[in-house]
Amino acid sequence: MTEGATSHPLKKAKHQRLALVVVAVVALVAAALIATWALRNQASFFYVPSEIVSDPPPAGQAVRLGGMVETGSLVTKPDGVTIDFVVGDGDARVPVEYKGIVPDLFQEGSGVVAEGRMLANGTFRADTLLAKHDENYIPRELQDMTAAQKQAAIEETTK
Amino acid sequence: MHGFANPKRFLTIARPLTPALLVLGSLLLFGSLAYGLFAAPAERLQGETVRILFVHVPAAWLGMAGWSVIAMASIAEIVWRHPLAAIAGRAAAVPGAMFTAICLATGSLWGRPAWGTWWEWDGRLTSMLVLLFLYFGYIALAGATAREGVSSRISAIFGIVGVINVPVIHYSVLWWYSIHQPPSLSMGKSAMAPEFLWPLLAATLGFSLIFSAVVLMRMRALLADAQAEARLRRKALDSDRRPTQGEW
Repeated sequence: MTEGATSHPLKKAKHQRLALVVVAVVALVAAALIATWALRNQASFFYVPSEIVSDPPPAGQAVRLGGMVETGSLVTKPDGVTIDFVVGDGDARVPVEYKGIVPDLFQEGSGVVAEGRMLANGTFRADTLLAKHDENYIPRELQDMTAAQKQAAIEETTK
Repeated sequence: MHGFANPKRFLTIARPLTPALLVLGSLLLFGSLAYGLFAAPAERLQGETVRILFVHVPAAWLGMAGWSVIAMASIAEIVWRHPLAAIAGRAAAVPGAMFTAICLATGSLWGRPAWGTWWEWDGRLTSMLVLLFLYFGYIALAGATAREGVSSRISAIFGIVGVINVPVIHYSVLWWYSIHQPPSLSMGKSAMAPEFLWPLLAATLGFSLIFSAVVLMRMRALLADAQAEARLRRKALDSDRRPTQGEW
């Protein structure tokens, strides 16, 4: 509207402000990137098995262990409330024991976050189990399909 | 952009646009939420609790979009001194904070059955809570500068600095191990079955249209406020200049 009438010094000031904002935003982004890079370990909610295995926390120190419950590893002890299972991340595996009620979504082949501590014998004793679900949303009906049907349906979804 | 610098021209567009957005958004929202609540299938692992998705995800999106609006308005104000920018930023803050709070509340209700916890100090959850506090700070700051007649550039700087939290929220689940799952939707890819995807997109669009309508309404209200104040000030000046009847 007043653009045409804008005199030269005003335009110059506008460009200076624009440059200032751009510099400020770049500096902010850089600062945030540096901060998140520095925080990359501290800001994680849990350790994965390969981190626990390569750099074991001192026995008895409270840590969170997260990964996949390995298929076929889940064993319920005779008392009915104590369970043993293995958490893996593809590279390393950590045996876990837990006594208590498990969340509804806890199952083999699914994600889990266990809060607890490493024992001297290399087993992780969990005090709390949290279930972690993945990004896939699939209707319950698909469960009854054959593997090939399921694959076709999933492919159609993720296409 | 500067064509709308004139509040009168802005109002001629905003007045008919507000009800149109409101009606269209409500229709979309009620349709998709009704489908989501009654017709959508139960999820394979989560069962019926998956229905909270249709509120939680749009609320999270609008919480982050609201601050992006504040940041863009702040830049427009500082660089171009656009007269409506400060008003647009203030107008987006309250609905943005509201949707952030809805996202946190529905997420907590969902986390209990899905993960087994109401709250964890996880990267995604914490950065979303930080966003809510940033909104509170911005609302207080923008309100105070408007009330005291101080330059609204102070709150604009706050709006630009705060935008750094938006990508942190988005990438928190990718940078750090998190209890929250990674995004199901990214550019052109979906890990969601169409039974969940389409009502979710419709609900997101519906909520967004209602959000836009609310922002326009609040902009009009803030403009009317400013006009009323200017009129009062003029009147006060006039009565100062003219001798009042009492003195005669």
